[in-house]
Amino acid sequence: MSTQRFGERVPRLNDAKLLRGQGCYVDDVPLPGAYHAVFLRSPFARARILSIDASAAREHPSVAAVYTCDDLGPLDQPLPMLSPHPAIIAARTQRPLARDEVFHVGQTVAMVIAVDRYTAEDALRLIDADYEPLPVTVDLASAAAPGAHPVHPDLTDNIVGHFAQRSGDPDGAFAKAEHVTSLRVRMDRSTAAPIETRAIAARWEAATGELTVWDTTQAPISIRDGLASILGLEENKLRVIAPDVGGGFGQKVMLFYPEEILVPWAAMRLARPVKYVEDRTENFIGSSQERTQIHEIQLAATKDGTVIGLKDSFLHDSGAFAPYGIEVPRVSASAIAGPYRIPNVDVEFKAIYTPTVPVTPFRGSGRPHACFALERAMDQLADELGLDRFELRRRNLIGPDEFPYVREGLKYVDDGTITYDSGQYPKALAMIEEAIDLERFRREKDAAAKEGRYLGLGLAFYMECTGLGPYDGCRIRVHPATGKVSVNTGLASQGQGHETVFAQIAADRLGVPIEDVIVAQGDTAAFDRGGGSHSSRSAVVGGNAVHKAAVRVRAQILETAARLMAVPEESLELADGRVTVKGANRFMTLAEIAIAANPLSSPFDRPAEVVSQYGTAGQELVTVGEGRAPGIEASAYYSPSASPWAYGVHAAIVEVDPDLCSIAFKRYLSVHDCGKMINPTIVEGQMIGGIAQGIGGAFYERLDYDEDGIITNASFMEFLMPYATEVPKIEIMHLETPSPANPLGIKGAGEAGTIAVPAVVASAVEDALKPLGVGRFHHAPLSPNMIFEAITRARAKAGG
Amino acid sequence: MTGRSAEAPSAEASERSSDPRLLLRLTVNGAEIEREVSPRLLLSDFLRHELGLTGTHVGCEQGVCGCCTVMIDGRAARSCLALAVQADGATIRTIEDVASADGTLHPIQQAFQECHGLQCGFCTPGFIMGVLSHFEEARMPDLSEDGIREMLSGNLCRCTGYQHIVAAVRRAARLMNLDGPEKG
Repeated sequence: MSTQRFGERVPRLNDAKLLRGQGCYVDDVPLPGAYHAVFLRSPFARARILSIDASAAREHPSVAAVYTCDDLGPLDQPLPMLSPHPAIIAARTQRPLARDEVFHVGQTVAMVIAVDRYTAEDALRLIDADYEPLPVTVDLASAAAPGAHPVHPDLTDNIVGHFAQRSGDPDGAFAKAEHVTSLRVRMDRSTAAPIETRAIAARWEAATGELTVWDTTQAPISIRDGLASILGLEENKLRVIAPDVGGGFGQKVMLFYPEEILVPWAAMRLARPVKYVEDRTENFIGSSQERTQIHEIQLAATKDGTVIGLKDSFLHDSGAFAPYGIEVPRVSASAIAGPYRIPNVDVEFKAIYTPTVPVTPFRGSGRPHACFALERAMDQLADELGLDRFELRRRNLIGPDEFPYVREGLKYVDDGTITYDSGQYPKALAMIEEAIDLERFRREKDAAAKEGRYLGLGLAFYMECTGLGPYDGCRIRVHPATGKVSVNTGLASQGQGHETVFAQIAADRLGVPIEDVIVAQGDTAAFDRGGGSHSSRSAVVGGNAVHKAAVRVRAQILETAARLMAVPEESLELADGRVTVKGANRFMTLAEIAIAANPLSSPFDRPAEVVSQYGTAGQELVTVGEGRAPGIEASAYYSPSASPWAYGVHAAIVEVDPDLCSIAFKRYLSVHDCGKMINPTIVEGQMIGGIAQGIGGAFYERLDYDEDGIITNASFMEFLMPYATEVPKIEIMHLETPSPANPLGIKGAGEAGTIAVPAVVASAVEDALKPLGVGRFHHAPLSPNMIFEAITRARAKAGG
Repeated sequence: MTGRSAEAPSAEASERSSDPRLLLRLTVNGAEIEREVSPRLLLSDFLRHELGLTGTHVGCEQGVCGCCTVMIDGRAARSCLALAVQADGATIRTIEDVASADGTLHPIQQAFQECHGLQCGFCTPGFIMGVLSHFEEARMPDLSEDGIREMLSGNLCRCTGYQHIVAAVRRAARLMNLDGPEKG
C-alpha cells in the first residue's frame, strides 16, 4: 500500500542537479555561434532625443547590427496594456526602443548585436546619442500635486487612474465614532533583486520556420501567446521555455520587457541565435520595481475599541509607464481592512506617473503597504484608547464562525467581491501571544532597560487573497514502456518546488511511487494553456488542476484494468504502480495497462502485440473508445470559483541601540495559515524566505532616486540586502484551516512572508524607544537615520 | 536618424572579437587546460563560456553576491573579480568537481538537500564552494549559530532566508565529523 504523500515533508525531487551545478538557467543554454545583444539606455529621466548616430558602431567589424526605433517597422509601437480598467484615465506603455523622448533612466534606446558581450559593450560607446534634458518631478507627493512636470507630454498631470470603493456606510460610522485616529504612512521604492538577472535567448530555424525562445519569465505561455501575435507566427511554430530560473518574486512576469521582443526578433532577422543577459546595473534601472505609496488612513472606533469604520486615501507611484494599469494599488485597496470586522470602509487612491522605472507587482504586491497602513493605525488606536495591542486586535478579529465573510462593495483585482473563505484568526493571535510569553518579555525588557538597552515588541496581522484565476491545466499520461507518469503543467518555477508538490498530489491519486512521477513545466512544448506563476497561485490553481487530471486518469486506469482482467472495478486496488485484484494473486502493472489501452497497427514488443491487429485481444480493445484518448491519459483544467484567503500574524522582539541607531532581532515569530499544506518543509521555506525579504524591505532595501530621477544606489555594493548575519532565526508556527474554496483545501503561500514585516519592525522599534519619548514610525523601510532623527528630536524636546 | 542600414552588409559580423589573445595555462577540476583568451575575459566567463562549466553562476559582477565563488589554489575566490589571465598557472576547482564522479553528492551537497537549503538554486554553487573552502581551511570551524552565519556572510540568497542553509552547514559538519567528538 502506498503511503499518502500529500502533507508529507517529501525532499525536493530536483535538488541534486542544482547542487551539482547541473541546473540549466537561460545563460547556460548552449547556443553555438550566438550573437550577444546589449542595450543603450537613457541616462536621463526625461529628455528629448535630438539625434542618434550609430554609424561608428555599425562599422565595427564585430558588430552584426545596431537597431533604433526607426529600424523596428511594425514593432515600433507601445507595448500591450495588460490590465485595462474603467478607472484608468491615461494608460501609457513603453515602446520597445524609445522614440523621440525618454521617460526614465534606463529606458531602452538602441540595441547592439555583436559577436560577444564585451564587443557589444564596446560598440555601445560608439553610439552618439544627443539628448535635451527636460525638467522632472520625481517625488510622489509632488508629482501628484498641481504644477508638477507631467511625465507624458500629452497629459496635463500625472494621474494614471483614480479608483474608489466603499463598503457599508463609512460616513455614518465616522459620524457616530467616539474616537478617530488618523495617520499618514509611507513606503518607499524597492526592487526584488532576484540573484539571477533577467535573460533571453532565441534561436530561429529558417528551414522549418520555428522559433525557440528561452526566457527567465514566470509566465512562458503568456509570452508565447503575445510573441506569436507580435511576430506574426503560428503558436505551434513558437516554443517558449522558462528553464531553471533564479528567483523571480514578480519582477520576471512582464508582458513585455522590450528585450523579450527584440531578442527573438533579432534572431529571426539575423538568422543566428541571439542571447541577452541583463547585468546587475541594468536590473536596477531596467527591470520593474514596486512599493512607493503614501496613505492617509483613519479609523473610527468606539471607546471600548470596536473599530466601526475605516477611511484610506492613498497615492501610488506607477513609475513612468503603467503596463499593469492600476493593479498593484487595487490589491492594496482590496486588502486595506485586513482581518478585522470593520463593516464600513471607504478606500480611494490615485495612481501617479513619475519619471522612474515602471512599477509592477513585487512579492506581496500592494499588500505590505496596506498592512503597514492598517497595522500602524491599529497600534496607534490602541495607544490612544489605552488598550493593549493584542486586546484591541482580539476585539475586532473576524471569528471562526463568521465565514464566508463578505465585504460588499469591495472588489479584488479579478472584480470578485471580497469574500474571506475560512480561518481561525483569534486562534492565530492566541498562538503567537503564547509563544512570545509576554510575562517573560516584560521581565527581559525591564532588565534591559536597567542596563540602558531598549527592547521592543512588534506585532502585525496580514491577509492575502491567493490563487488568482482564470485557470490552469494539467495533462497526465502513463508511459507505456516504463509505467512512469508524466505530469505536464503550464506553470513555471523560480525555485518554489512545483516539481515536488505536483508529484505528491499525482502520486497519491495514481498509486505510484513519487520517484515515478515526472513533472514538466515552464515549456510550451510540455503544456501551453494556462496563466503562469505569480499571485501565489501555482499550488492553488495548478495543484487543483493536477488533482483533477489525476482523478480522471485514476478512473481510466481502473476501468481499463477491469475490462482487461474481466473483473468488476470494485474488486480492484491501485497501489505501488500496479492494479491488483483484491484477495487474488492477479495484477497488471500501469505500463501493461497503458500499452493495452493504446491500440497499435504494429506491435513494438510482446505486450504490445495483444492490442495490435495481430493480437489476441478482443475487438473492443483495439479501438479507442468514443470521447477517450488512446493510452492512459487525461487533461483537466481548474478555474477557481472562489479565492482562498491565507493569513497570519507576526511578532518580533527587537533591540534598538540608541547610539548606533541599529536594530537587532532577538526573536521573530510567525503564525501562518495556508490551508492544508502539501509539503510543510516547502511552506516553511517560502515563509522564512518571504520574511527575510520582508526584513530587507523593513530596514535595508530602499532605492534612492535623486531629484533628477537617477538611482544613486543601483548596485549590490550600495543597495543593502540582508545577509545571513542580518536575518534572525525565524520561529514558524502552522495553523491548517482547510479552505472550502477548492478540492484540495489549500491556499497560496508564496508571497505571505513579506507582507507584515515592515509593520512588525516599525511596531517593535516604536515600542522599544517609547521610554525615550520617541514618537511614531510611519515610514518604511526604517533606517538608522530615521531612528537617529527621532531620538534627536525626542531629546531636544525633553531638553527644551 | 539611422542614415545607413541597421545591419552589417551581409548581416554577418566577423566571427570573433578583434581582442588580442594571450595564452593561458591552468588546471581546472584536475584537467590541464591551455587556451588563448582575450586579456579582458573574466575568469567567470572563461569557466562558463569557454569551458562550459556553467555551474558557476554570475549574479552581480560586482563581487558582492558570491554566486561566482570558486576555489583558486584551495581558497574561495570571486571568479567575477578576476581576469582569466590572472589565473595563469593556478589550480581551480568549481562546483562541477564537488560531487563524486559517479554523481554521489558531497556531504555538503547532501546536507543542503536534506535541510531544504536551496530553492531556485542559483546562489547555491557559490554557497557550497564557500562552505567547502571554510571546512577545508579551518581545522575547527565555528559551528555556533553566529559562527555559521558569519561563515555564510559572503553570499547573498534571495529565496531561503538563510535559515535552512544554516541548518545544512550544521548537518554537513556532522556528516563530515567536523562538529567535535563530544557531540558525535
